[in-house]
Amino acid sequence: MSEPTPAQIKKEKIYQTWGLSDSEYKLISEKILGRLPNYTETGLYSVMWSEHCSYKNSKKVLRKLPNDSSRVLAGPGEDAGIIDIGDNQAVVFKAESHNHPSAVEPYQGAATGVGGIIRDIFSMGATPIALLDSLKFGPIDNDQTKHLVKEVVAGIGGYGNCIGIPTIGGEITFEKCYEKNPLVNAMCIGLLDNTQFKHGQASGNNNLIVYVGSTTGRDGIHGATFASDEFSNKKKKQRSAVQVGNPFIEKLLMDACVEIIQEHSDWILGVQDMGAAGLVSSTAEMASKAQSGLMLNLDNVPQREADMSAYEMMLSESQERMVLCIKPEFEDAVLDFFEAYNLDAVIIGKVTSDKQYKIYHQNKLVVDIPIDSLTEDVPEYDHHGIKPARFENDDTQFEPELESFKESWMNILKSPSIASKSYLYETYDSQVKSNTVVRPGSDAGVVRIRGTKKAIAATNDSNSRYVYVDPYIGGQITVLEAARNIVASGGIPVGITDCLNYGNPEDPEIFWELDQSVQGIADVCNKFDVPVISGNVSLYNEFNKEAIYPSPMIGMVGLIEDISHITTSSFKNSGDLIYLLGSTGNDFNGSEIQEQQLGTVQGKLNEIDLDVELNNQQLILKAIKNNLLKSCHDLSDGGLVAAISESAFENMLGFNIQTSLTAKQMFSETQSRYLVTIESKDKKSLEKIFKDNFECLGFVTNDSVFSIHTSDNEMDIELSEALSNWKEAIPCLMK
Amino acid sequence: MKFAVIVFPGSNCDMDLYYAVSKGIGQEADLVSYKEESLDGYDGILIPGGFSYGDYLRSGAIASHAPIIKEVIRLANEGKPVLGICNGFQILTEIGLLPGTLTNNRQNCFICKQVELVVENNKTIFTNKYNLNEKIIIPIAHGEGRYYCDEATLRELNENNQVIFRYGQNINGSVEEIAGITNKQGNVLGMMPHPERAIESILGSDDGLKLFKSMLETQKNGVHI
Repeated sequence: MSEPTPAQIKKEKIYQTWGLSDSEYKLISEKILGRLPNYTETGLYSVMWSEHCSYKNSKKVLRKLPNDSSRVLAGPGEDAGIIDIGDNQAVVFKAESHNHPSAVEPYQGAATGVGGIIRDIFSMGATPIALLDSLKFGPIDNDQTKHLVKEVVAGIGGYGNCIGIPTIGGEITFEKCYEKNPLVNAMCIGLLDNTQFKHGQASGNNNLIVYVGSTTGRDGIHGATFASDEFSNKKKKQRSAVQVGNPFIEKLLMDACVEIIQEHSDWILGVQDMGAAGLVSSTAEMASKAQSGLMLNLDNVPQREADMSAYEMMLSESQERMVLCIKPEFEDAVLDFFEAYNLDAVIIGKVTSDKQYKIYHQNKLVVDIPIDSLTEDVPEYDHHGIKPARFENDDTQFEPELESFKESWMNILKSPSIASKSYLYETYDSQVKSNTVVRPGSDAGVVRIRGTKKAIAATNDSNSRYVYVDPYIGGQITVLEAARNIVASGGIPVGITDCLNYGNPEDPEIFWELDQSVQGIADVCNKFDVPVISGNVSLYNEFNKEAIYPSPMIGMVGLIEDISHITTSSFKNSGDLIYLLGSTGNDFNGSEIQEQQLGTVQGKLNEIDLDVELNNQQLILKAIKNNLLKSCHDLSDGGLVAAISESAFENMLGFNIQTSLTAKQMFSETQSRYLVTIESKDKKSLEKIFKDNFECLGFVTNDSVFSIHTSDNEMDIELSEALSNWKEAIPCLMK
Repeated sequence: MKFAVIVFPGSNCDMDLYYAVSKGIGQEADLVSYKEESLDGYDGILIPGGFSYGDYLRSGAIASHAPIIKEVIRLANEGKPVLGICNGFQILTEIGLLPGTLTNNRQNCFICKQVELVVENNKTIFTNKYNLNEKIIIPIAHGEGRYYCDEATLRELNENNQVIFRYGQNINGSVEEIAGITNKQGNVLGMMPHPERAIESILGSDDGLKLFKSMLETQKNGVHI
C-alpha cells in the first residue's frame, strides 16, 4: 500500500483524521514549510501538536501554577521536576495519566503507564524509590467495571512488582462518571545526588544519537493523538493505539541508565525517554532544547516487524526505549556498556547545526523540517469559559437525615471509596528495597533514605466531587487534603506533581471548570509555598459526550527531617487520649453522606480560611517534633466517622468519646481538621501547643467497642461489626 | 563470614540481602553476577528474590541455566550454607537442590503483607537462634509461592524435619502451610517469605535478623547438625 501524496493529504483532508485542524494544516504548509508536508511530516506535526504533547489547549491555564521555590532545582520542561532535600540530595518526581489506554486494554494500559513514569525518573539519572497511583472507576456493580478494576490493579502490580520499585500509596475511588472512562494516574519518585542532574539535551555538532532498549514495532502508533480524543461507541478500532509493556527489559534499562549517568557522565550530553510520540517526541525535544538540528537514519532503528514505514517508526510508542546523546569518542564505550546489560544499543543519527530535522529512510530524505516548528510553533488556544448552569440554584446547604445513627455510620464505612482497599493494594509489592516505613493504608506512604535521618512522605489525592460542586474551592481542597496527609505523617510539604483530568476543553463549561480549579490549586500552592514542578494534562475524558467530573489529582511529596517524626494514623495504646484539632461546621455539600442520601452531590461550598489551615498544619508539625503524637489522621471523606473508625481498625482498638458535636456533625467534612492521640501524661503539653480550637474527645480502649456520645445521641458499636463492614466491602463487591 | 549474593538479570531483592548481611550482621558480602563461573572463597551463598529473566517462562526456569548455577550446586554439595529467598527458592527447586515446586497462589494474584511464621525446626544452621515453635513476623511478596510436592516427598520432608517454617495461616494454598524447607543435609534452605526485609523494627519487624545471625553462629562455632 503506497502512502498518500502531499496533494492527496490536502485534498482529502487526511490530516483531520490525525487530529490536525484546517488552520493548523494551513499554518504548517503555508507559513512554516512553504510547501505541502508529505505523509510522514504530516504525521509528525499531528502527533507533536496534539494536546498530549503540546498542551496547546491548557498552556495558558497551566501558567497560573507556581513552579518555583527555594528548593526547586528543575521545574516543568524536563522529564520530571527536581526538589532539593539537603545534604546534596534531591528528589525527582512526576505523575502521568494513562486513562485512555487503560479504558481500552486495562492491564497493559496501566502497566505501561507505570513503565512510562518510571522512565521519566531514571532518564534524569535518579534511582526510582517509590510508586503511587490514583485510580478512579465506575461503581463496582457490573462485570465490565470489575474487569477494569481487576486488570488495572494487576497491570500496576505486574509492572511495579517485577521491576522492583515499591508501591507505597495512592487512592482508589468509585463514581458513576468514570464508568466508561476510568482514570489511571501513576506517580514515581526518584532519589538523586543533585550534582549529577542530566538535562535531556542533544547539543554539540556531530555528537551522536544512540537508541537503547526494546525494538520498535507497530504498537501504540498515534497513542498521543488517541489520548487527545474522546471515546465513543463508534470508535472500535482504538486498541491498536495501546502499547505492551516488558518490565524485565525496563529493569535492565533502568539499572543501565542510572549507572551510565552516575558513573560515566563525561560520555553523555543528554538522556530522554521515548514516551508518548516515541522517537519523534524524544529526539525533537532534545534537539530543540539545545537549539540544534538533528539527522536520523531510520534504517539503523532496531525493528520488530518487517517493512515498517518511516511514519510508523517515528510514531511508534513501543515501550522500554531510551535516546541518548553522546560524544563520538565514547561510541564504543557506550555500546559495550549497554551490551554488558544485554541491551540493544545503536547509533541512529547525529546532532547538526542547521536546526533542521532531517530523517532518512532507505536512502531517501523523508523528513526535512525546522525542528523548532514541532515544539515551538504550536498554536496556543485561548478558550473561553462559561459558568455551567448547575451553579445557578446553589444556595442550599444539605442537611443529612439520621434515621439510624448506627446505620449511617456503617454506610460510611462500607462506601467503596472509603472502605479498606487492602484487597487491592496487597497485590502490590510495597516493601521491596527495604526502605518502606509506612505502607499503603495510612495517610501517606513513607520511605526512609538509607544512610541519612531523612524520609520522604508521598500521597496522591483528588476529590472530584468537590471540584464538580465548586471548581475553585474544590481545587483548593485537593491540595489541602494532600498537604494534611503529608503533615499527618510528619512531613513538610515540599512539592507537587499533578495530573489534570478533564473533559473536552473546547466545551466552554468544561474549560471554565479547568480554569477555576487550577486557580484554586495555584492559590493554595502560592499560600503554602509549595511549587508544582511537573505533571501532565489529560483532556477529552468523555464517553459519548458525557464528561467525567473535573478531576485534578495532586501528587504531593513531603520531607520528613528525622525518621523519629514519622507518624501513622492508627491508634496505638488503650488509654491514649483522643483529640480533634480544628473546628467542625455543617459542611455537607459535596460530602459522602450527601452522595449516599441524595444520589448526587450539589450545593455551595463554604469558603476555606487558608490561614487556619496553615496554622493547624504548623501545630501538628510542632506536636510531632515534640514527640507528643502517638497517631495522627487527617479528616476528609466521611468526616470524623471515617477518620476515627480507620484509626481504630489497624490495631483492633476501641474508643470512648463524648463530644459537643451533634451526631450529624460527625459526618460533616469541614476542612483543616486532624484527629490525634497522645499519652495521657502529655495532655498539658499538647493543649499548650494547640491553644484553642480543639476538643478532647475521649480515649482509646481495648474493649473492642466504639462508644460514642454526641450532644444529641449516643450508641455503642462493636469493633468487629464496624471492621467487617469496612474490610469486606470491596472483596464482596469484586466477587 | 563472606557471602556471595547472586545477581541474575531481573533480581530485585539483591540489595536488600546485601544490606541484611552487611548492615544487619556486619559481615562481608559481594554481589556476584550470574555470568561468573567460580564461587571460590565464599562461606555462604544467598540467592535473592525478584523476577529473574522476568519470570516469563516459569519462575526460576531460565535462571537455572545460568553459568553460576554449577558453582552453586558444587558449594551446596560441599555442605556450604545456601539460602534462596522467594525467586531464590523457586530457582533452588528448578535446579533440584530442593524438592517440590512453587506454583500460583491459591488467590491467583500477587500478595504482599506481613505474615506470621512458625519455626518448626530450630536445630538447623539457619534457625538455631530461634526457639522451637517461635512465632515470627516476616513479610511475603510473591505471586507464585504456593508450595506443592507429592505425598511421598511430603512424608519425607516431615520425617526428616526438613520443614523449617510454616505459615501461621495458610496464606497462599501451600501444602501443609509450608513456607520454607531445607534439603536432607540441612545446608540448603529455600523460603518464600523475606527475612531480609525484616531486619529493622522501623520497617515493621526485625524477626528475620536471627536467621542471618544463626548462619553466623554456625560458622563461628562450627555447629553440626
